[in-house]
Amino acid sequence: MSTTESKTDSAVNDNKWIGQRTVRPDGADKVTGRAAYSADTNMPGMIWGKVLRSPHAHARIKSINTKKAEAYPGVKAVVTAKDIVNFPLDKSVMLGIQDMRWMCRNVMAREKVLFIGHPVAAVAAMSEKIAAEACKLIEVEYEVLPFVVDVEEAMKPGAPILHDFLKHEGKPSNIAGTLEHKLGDVAAGFAKADVVIERTFHTQPVHQGYIEPHACLVSVSDGKATIWSSSQGQFMVRAMCAYLTGIPQNDIRAIPAEIGGGFGGKTIIYLEPLALMLARKSGRPVKMIMTRGEVFHASGPTSGSYNKVKVGATKDGKLVAAQGTFCLQAGAFPGSPIRGAAGCAFAPYDIPNVHSVGIDVVSNRSKVAAYRAPGAPIGAHAMECVMDEIAEALKMDPLELRLKNAAKQGTKAAHGPVFPRIGFVETIEEAKKHAHYTTALPKAKRGVRYGRGVASGFWFNAGGESSAQVNINEDGTVVVITGHPDIGGSRASTANITAEVLGIDYKKVSVLIGDTSVIGFSNLTGGSRVTYASAMVVTQSTEHVISILKERAAKIWKIDPDAVVWENGEARPAGDNAGKFEPLSLGQIAAQASATGGPIGAGKQLNTTGAEGGFATHLCDVEVDEDLGIVRVLRYTAFQDVGRAIHPGYVEGQMQGGAAQGIGWALSEEYIYDKNGKLDNPSFLDYRMPVCSDLPMLDSVIIEVPNPKHPQGVRGVGEVPLVPPMAAVANAIHNALGRRFYSLPMSPPKVLASLDMAAE
Amino acid sequence: MAKLHVSTTINGEPQEFLCDAEQSMLDILRGPLGLTGSKEGCGTGDCGACTITVNGRIACSCLMLAAEAEGQQIGTIEGMAGEELHPLQQKFLEMAALQCGICTPGVLMAAKALLERNPDPSEHDVRFWLAGNLCRCTGYDKIVRAVMETAADMRGAAR
Repeated sequence: MSTTESKTDSAVNDNKWIGQRTVRPDGADKVTGRAAYSADTNMPGMIWGKVLRSPHAHARIKSINTKKAEAYPGVKAVVTAKDIVNFPLDKSVMLGIQDMRWMCRNVMAREKVLFIGHPVAAVAAMSEKIAAEACKLIEVEYEVLPFVVDVEEAMKPGAPILHDFLKHEGKPSNIAGTLEHKLGDVAAGFAKADVVIERTFHTQPVHQGYIEPHACLVSVSDGKATIWSSSQGQFMVRAMCAYLTGIPQNDIRAIPAEIGGGFGGKTIIYLEPLALMLARKSGRPVKMIMTRGEVFHASGPTSGSYNKVKVGATKDGKLVAAQGTFCLQAGAFPGSPIRGAAGCAFAPYDIPNVHSVGIDVVSNRSKVAAYRAPGAPIGAHAMECVMDEIAEALKMDPLELRLKNAAKQGTKAAHGPVFPRIGFVETIEEAKKHAHYTTALPKAKRGVRYGRGVASGFWFNAGGESSAQVNINEDGTVVVITGHPDIGGSRASTANITAEVLGIDYKKVSVLIGDTSVIGFSNLTGGSRVTYASAMVVTQSTEHVISILKERAAKIWKIDPDAVVWENGEARPAGDNAGKFEPLSLGQIAAQASATGGPIGAGKQLNTTGAEGGFATHLCDVEVDEDLGIVRVLRYTAFQDVGRAIHPGYVEGQMQGGAAQGIGWALSEEYIYDKNGKLDNPSFLDYRMPVCSDLPMLDSVIIEVPNPKHPQGVRGVGEVPLVPPMAAVANAIHNALGRRFYSLPMSPPKVLASLDMAAE
Repeated sequence: MAKLHVSTTINGEPQEFLCDAEQSMLDILRGPLGLTGSKEGCGTGDCGACTITVNGRIACSCLMLAAEAEGQQIGTIEGMAGEELHPLQQKFLEMAALQCGICTPGVLMAAKALLERNPDPSEHDVRFWLAGNLCRCTGYDKIVRAVMETAADMRGAAR
């Protein structure tokens, strides 16, 4: 069993708490079953809501009659699109990355149903069973329309059109938008190339696969709503519900339940506005929980895609031009992550001529939602597989090819920025000398072949708005409140930072996640922004607290506040001139707070910037069973520049978890539709995510090249690990079999078909 | 139809409840009994988030009828810690073997049952024993390591 390791600049290692594997403040509750997730809260008088969903992939709603359902014993309220605020189609109203025109129609179908599982009505009743029975009594008259689920089919002339108002080149189209990045002159670049590889790739939609289904409990009394739900942002829940119900934000309190996984899929809402309207109509608290089938049918996976990538290199291995077209399926409404696909695919490399195009395509599937580095894994899959072919054509080591072309400080990326100090080169260098790369693969035996693949990846990372409040208790302990749901240990990193800055024991710091009524606006837990932004805002809040503590000590000592310093959790006179006083501890100052000016605490609100890009390089060894077509990952190592690991345990966890999701995307996960446009595998049995026995240990090598724009050097961590794996696995399979796969997942039937073709 | 009356033992304490014939054990645990530590991730026995023990054997409580609890010894995550955390719970915290934590109660219940049968499991044993417990956050690495280290600690303590 191999181990994890960390490569750190020694200069940043004099910290006491930053970099420690502390026990997370919410840990005991989560190992004893006490932590309250979204489905774990109940209220007196609570009733249950269920959703009636479309049986058609595409149909016009001619009429909805809810009378029989309303009259059914035990039913307390029924809602339809009439109860949700209508945002006219001709005017965009953006909230973050979501357009409320699409959100209001996604939470409840309005003119048309656009996918099987699209909500049409919702019922609240005394029990879940009664609500489900009443849903069957709702009469919906549909005019069934032709449908299209495939991205290539949806782009063809004559394809069924989902939205008449969407026009591309003057004609109604399923192409909802395009995005283009240009650098240099690609034609001139390709003219200089000695080798050019152009390939077409397909990827399937994959679901984030969080184990906790969407759920909420909503109470409305005297026009004021309280929402308990698990999401990646209580402020997003509040704002979207305000938009969709017309209730002002001050009358909505969104309380973040513990979140059972999100990976981007909970940056959007489904049930909350329906429960809110049901609660308002019925006068009773309403609880709603999606089944796993509903999660698969009606919550957002990430896009399936159809991509072309062309790369040219000189014979000494210098990349001279790259061109990419990434067609991403948005599902029923515009908004696929083309920015991530087109922007991240080529960003790891210093390529003088780049043309990258993203095309957003709607089709009759559930609307996509963010999934870990949205779009970037799709772009990287294509680019990193082509890189492997370039290396093969040039007879170059694939890591050497990447090293030769790696983006570094000063490199201009096609999507805009000039990179500051980044750690991509370091990830490749560490991979090259790692025992994983220098150890020979097992020798092939009858029916079993072995291969090794490499791939790299990039994600933008994100800053944005965050708020924090740091309060000193009367006994000198500390409470920190932030506004970001803790999805994977961020309370621990926040406590590490507070303890470090304040110079006190980690155990004296509690970290709470505030609801929308107790803490200032904080943007989503997503985009790899939470530890980055929290560290900034918590550091500034804590520094303000320290300035107050120094003033209080000065008051006690009757000296000038400038003559006080804060060291190791104590106030001390700055020098002999300041006077001779015994140091005052945090506890001693806190105990005298009332007498020296009142309670001690400070909060900051920031719109953080400077979240510089994250890079990773992954190594993957596979074993391919030639008789069964089964690919097993035997060894996996992720190398990532994280800037600074505030809590290495949870940083490794992000790297390992992303790699595991990527292995699933590469080998076994896919949405399979039948000929009626119905998802055929809406369960964990048939939608095959990796289980414990599918995977080896996932080694993680943390590389720390501090982000120059952050007080602790933090870069985002969580997204990048999902970017390289699909290509790393594909390249390893090629290394094993000598055959390339251009379509995901590389499941046993596809591998067998390819081997059969080779045999013929 | 009248409700069924069930007498059972949960976490060592006698417990009675009424249920419908078709109600699952998970629904009764999470509903009337208020034991929400067992989670419903799928309702079809595929994710293991609702793992409990029935007379020491692990079971998906979403696949078990509540009426089947009659006369049985049921164990849930709420009964795992005494005054102190169970060594597995402690090790999971020390080794960051959970991220979101939703699968953790089920994983811990399954792992505890494994160590009761096999105090010295190999990595292979742990991986196959836990193959019925989906975790989407961790990639299982730290979970497997934590179970094996706990087993080693418990063997050391037993010596």
